[in-house]
Amino acid sequence: MLNPISVAFIKAKQENRPALLTYTVAGDSSKKQSLNILKSISKNADILELGMPHNTPVADGNQIQTSAYRAIKNGIKVNDIFKIVKEFKKFDKNKPVILMGYYNMIFQYGENKFLNKCKLSGVNGLIVVDLPWPENKNFAKKCKKKSIYFIQLLSPTTTKIRLKKIIKDSHPMSYFISMLSTTGGKLKVSPKEIIKNYIKIKKINPKKKVVIGFGITEKTIGKLKSADGLVVGSAICKEISKSLKHRQNPVTNVSKLVKKLKYKIV
Amino acid sequence: MKLKKGIPVIDQGNKLGFWGGKFGGNFVPETLKKPIEDLEVLFNKLKKDKKFIQERDKYFKNWIGVPTRFIKLENLTKHVGGAQIWSKVVSDANGGAHKVYNATIHCLLAKHSGKKVICGDTGAGYAGKMLSMAAKKFGLKCKIFMGAKDIARQQPNVKAMKKNGAEVVPVYSGSQTLVDAVSECMRFWVANCDTTAMCVGSTVGPAVFVRICGWSTSQISRELKVQLIDEFGSIPKKLKLYNCVGGGSSSFGFWNEFMDYDKKQCEFIGVEAGGPAKSKKHAAPLTYGSKIGILHGAAQYVNQNSDGQIEETESISAGLDYPGISPLHCFLKDTKRARYTAASDEQALNAYKLVTKFEKLRPSLEPSHAFAVAISESKKFSKDTIVVVNSCGDAYKDRGILEKRLGKKYVKSN
Repeated sequence: MLNPISVAFIKAKQENRPALLTYTVAGDSSKKQSLNILKSISKNADILELGMPHNTPVADGNQIQTSAYRAIKNGIKVNDIFKIVKEFKKFDKNKPVILMGYYNMIFQYGENKFLNKCKLSGVNGLIVVDLPWPENKNFAKKCKKKSIYFIQLLSPTTTKIRLKKIIKDSHPMSYFISMLSTTGGKLKVSPKEIIKNYIKIKKINPKKKVVIGFGITEKTIGKLKSADGLVVGSAICKEISKSLKHRQNPVTNVSKLVKKLKYKIV
Repeated sequence: MKLKKGIPVIDQGNKLGFWGGKFGGNFVPETLKKPIEDLEVLFNKLKKDKKFIQERDKYFKNWIGVPTRFIKLENLTKHVGGAQIWSKVVSDANGGAHKVYNATIHCLLAKHSGKKVICGDTGAGYAGKMLSMAAKKFGLKCKIFMGAKDIARQQPNVKAMKKNGAEVVPVYSGSQTLVDAVSECMRFWVANCDTTAMCVGSTVGPAVFVRICGWSTSQISRELKVQLIDEFGSIPKKLKLYNCVGGGSSSFGFWNEFMDYDKKQCEFIGVEAGGPAKSKKHAAPLTYGSKIGILHGAAQYVNQNSDGQIEETESISAGLDYPGISPLHCFLKDTKRARYTAASDEQALNAYKLVTKFEKLRPSLEPSHAFAVAISESKKFSKDTIVVVNSCGDAYKDRGILEKRLGKKYVKSN
């Protein structure tokens, strides 16, 4: 059976648009609410990234940090994250879910136990921010055995030789970080420049899917439409924070935002 | 796991930067892979370059003012009545602490790589103060990340940083101490690594930073070796080197040159921060058997919960208030080359009282932890045992805390 992540890309391609990937933090602001958010956005999002909140994140900007601290404060544990995925999959079994996080949480859980749990709860892909290539080779192989995509990250600082090596080892989806920034930074490179870099990566192996993330908002998403997929994270986390501040329902507001994002890329 | 002889410990890591196959490494976001590799290439080249060594030695001598003193604490020795207690007064160094060695080397590396800005983290404020000082000396723009809690408790050093023209960025996330400052500094580097050099303030972080820092602070033991031979004619038969351990930069530098000696002749004792006697929180991952985890790019023993969240620490000493520990010390612990123990806040304060009562020496709260253990163990040692404590920082920065905890006379009389 084809991984639902690949199915999502095929479907988006048929509709002549990039896949829309959303990122929310598991347990933000509560376990129940983050599940409800996933359910409410799954209609418009093609792939759901779910962050595993960590308290010493070295690559996340303010918005995601705020979400992560909020979730941890509200008591989220790794096992709860799996429960959220499992519950969500009961609601929409074919919607791909990717867990994104830092390696220490996987390391403490135990790589094998973690992957078994991923498989049982229906996780389709993993992004581990601080486990770069080649350090991730073994773990990526383990993921493959479980038919879980290990998603390699690529950055503007990744050299050409390194790009080739990473793409060679990569699974069908990779993630291109648009610019030198933590998550949610202001887009400091023109969309044109980002697409130029993206095309360089695509040329190495056109069959492999590459999504672009970091700094993408409602304003910029339309200009990056030619990519295989686009990730919006901080903008959504910000919406949750804003909703909570104004005592509004984050579920409705986030759902509206994702609908708008989708509208910009069709 | 084995320590090799004849090879510097900083160079005993494997290809991926792991000491003993499991400590250290490079758990970093992809964006940092290239800048870290560039720094590695530059450092590996320069540390073999005679001209660079001359440059280093010139600045160490003329600007930092090495060698720092090696003195016998006669009165304290008499009072304790056991081993001879000596001190390596590293706080003599320009700026008042050992952090100046690492800061200077990082600024030199930044100059060689053509970077114009340098960023760094700080806990007690010494790493930040020294980096701001060195940056000013070498004409670099400087940005220091410091936990908001530490900014409040280490004001003298904050003022010094600002006076040196550095921008001090308060970090409000998490526990608002060193651990968060390092995270924020790394995040800043992720976003600015094309124009900015990063200085990690201790022997922590991705492998190359561990190596650079250890290489820099090893100046301490190079001097001590000469001073011991000058004083005793040879390296003493029973030598015990006590040092506080937070991230582990001063202790590693204090021990490095003695690594190949048998530990029966030359024993290393690392003293971690045990925190307040009544608190369960501490900053002593080696003493209290914390599990291996990943923190700030490196695998190490670290205080954490079963979910892999890093736990908050507590210590009177901002410089030791860190949940992890250098991979080098994890390696020295597991190879049994060094012995680790902890002193509580109260024990450190008592040691400070005792040292300042008997000697014209004013160790900061960090080395006061080492003095606490050294004094208590010295009682049991023979008179021909040479105990040396690295007084790696000056208490000037702690005067607020000392006044609050011990009263005004301990600040004024010194």
